[in-house]
Amino acid sequence: METLMCLLVGVLFTIGTYLILTKSLLRIILGTSIVGHGVNLLIITMGGLKKGGPPLLGLKNLTYTDSLPQALLLTAIVINFATTALFLVLSYRAYIVLGTDDTEQLRGKEDE
Amino acid sequence: MNNFVILPIIIPVIIGMVMIIFRKQIKLQRYLSLVAMAAVGIVTIYLMLQIKSEGIQTLHLGGWVAPFGVTMVVDMLAALLITTTSIVAFCCLLYAFRTIGKEREQFYFYPLFLFLITGVIGSFMTGDVFNLFVCFEVMLVASYVLISLGGTKIQLRESIKYILINILSSFLFLVAIAFLYAMTGTLNFAHLSLRVAEVGQGGLMTTVAILFLIVFSLKAGLFLFFWLPGAYSAPPTAISAIFAALLTKVGIYAIVRMFTLVFYHEPEVTHLFIGILAAITMILGAVGAVAFWDIKRILTYNVIVGVGFILAGVASFTTVGMTGALYYLIHDMIVKALIFLLGGTVIYLTGTSNLRDLSGLIRLHPQLGWMFFIAALSLSGIPPLSGFLGKLFISEGTFEAGYFWLGAIGLFTSLMVLYSIMKVFMNAFWGYTVIKEEEEQGTTAGLLLPIGILTALTIALGIGIQAIHAYVDLAVEVLMNPSIYIEAVLGLNPKP
Repeated sequence: METLMCLLVGVLFTIGTYLILTKSLLRIILGTSIVGHGVNLLIITMGGLKKGGPPLLGLKNLTYTDSLPQALLLTAIVINFATTALFLVLSYRAYIVLGTDDTEQLRGKEDE
Repeated sequence: MNNFVILPIIIPVIIGMVMIIFRKQIKLQRYLSLVAMAAVGIVTIYLMLQIKSEGIQTLHLGGWVAPFGVTMVVDMLAALLITTTSIVAFCCLLYAFRTIGKEREQFYFYPLFLFLITGVIGSFMTGDVFNLFVCFEVMLVASYVLISLGGTKIQLRESIKYILINILSSFLFLVAIAFLYAMTGTLNFAHLSLRVAEVGQGGLMTTVAILFLIVFSLKAGLFLFFWLPGAYSAPPTAISAIFAALLTKVGIYAIVRMFTLVFYHEPEVTHLFIGILAAITMILGAVGAVAFWDIKRILTYNVIVGVGFILAGVASFTTVGMTGALYYLIHDMIVKALIFLLGGTVIYLTGTSNLRDLSGLIRLHPQLGWMFFIAALSLSGIPPLSGFLGKLFISEGTFEAGYFWLGAIGLFTSLMVLYSIMKVFMNAFWGYTVIKEEEEQGTTAGLLLPIGILTALTIALGIGIQAIHAYVDLAVEVLMNPSIYIEAVLGLNPKP
């Protein structure tokens, strides 16, 4: 299961990298979003998948799943959500003001 | 356990949140933000005295004892950096009062500024690698907004690149944390140090260490600095000054912490790698600083040279090199803010940042000219100003470690720094006065106060270096002996 997940993470990273390397701003943002999902999946996989029962005292489980990666994941998702929202708003504003979403034209000129 | 430890973080957060309610009362916001910075400074100086007499201060948040909970740790290094942060932030705020403009002030400039400072201080204080990530994000999100606040064309363009780079480096940071957790099963710095020492720093662990180095290099501007000159020259002076003074330093701090506390077993791989990157950074930064005729560009490339130089001291991994890196880190925070404020004032007065259009300002503004001269000398490490001792110790450290090439490059690039900054001084302040007083875009009224404070500080730090000598020595002692840090966080006989 872990191996499969690692392969999936690799696929997500590939797609994300491809999108980030394109010229359209919207695709770049979608690319960062996909890489973000890959990262989240990686965190949860690195903690080990399904090693035992839920980590609760009353259930008398002998082995239990590590719950720390899930806490990390939750924090990472929230932060990822906030930065993606900010990035989207900012690029929309940039599109309105600068009149383009092509990164080639966003380079700027020397005489500005 | 010491509850005072949390104060430097929650003072700016709470005051910042309160200020959001009083959006229209700009006067109140100004006073509150100054009070917040002064309070942080005073609390940290009190903490510093405590650390000197009782050792490292820790706070286990929520009563969850390390390594299970999140721990806040203030050692002497963190305390020194937080004190410097509060002083620099105080001066940048004073400068912002006159220059930042009413619109930015109304759109939450002061709360954002305080949140930025919160993130910076949190990064200095945290004892947990994931919490370091969270504090980085607090700092970065505030900086995203600050860099685009005002929405001019150049700001929007640069902020998009800046955000993209930082989002990607945050992802890499998470990847590195995930790998580290998979291998060690802990996130607490002290506990990590124990575990890594126990299992040994093999090839895989060193790879993760290099991944961390890449992440922090992106934040610090070590070698991966291609985003830095554009991003730091876009926002208004007060904001770019605080960026230049603090943001790269947080990355440097993270490198220092990681590679003295956790990954210190393979210095011939990791530290040599840092040294090589530092050398390339210094050379490229110096070439950039010499090449441009635009004040903002020259100053931002000087930031890059400074980063390379501090990390050259870290790379040497000797006591004297570390001492030098620490002195230079404190000096660099002050003098980078100072030189950015000075350069910004020149641009503010004349309305241009092209050196070819500037001439003879010293006749109209003698104080400004002399302070620029002092700052320029301090920047290139001329005695008796504050840059000298750090430069001396870093060079000594690199020679002691046998990295003669690194020390030589460091000394050579400081000559280029001197040339680049003297070019600004001579072109802007000497020569015929081409501009009349009436033609100027603004006045220096009120601007000379924060600049004067920082100039006085760089002189005082040079002449009175003896005063902070004992504190810096304590900080370096902790850096060179990780066991002191581990003992303070985990207790006397920690279980690995």
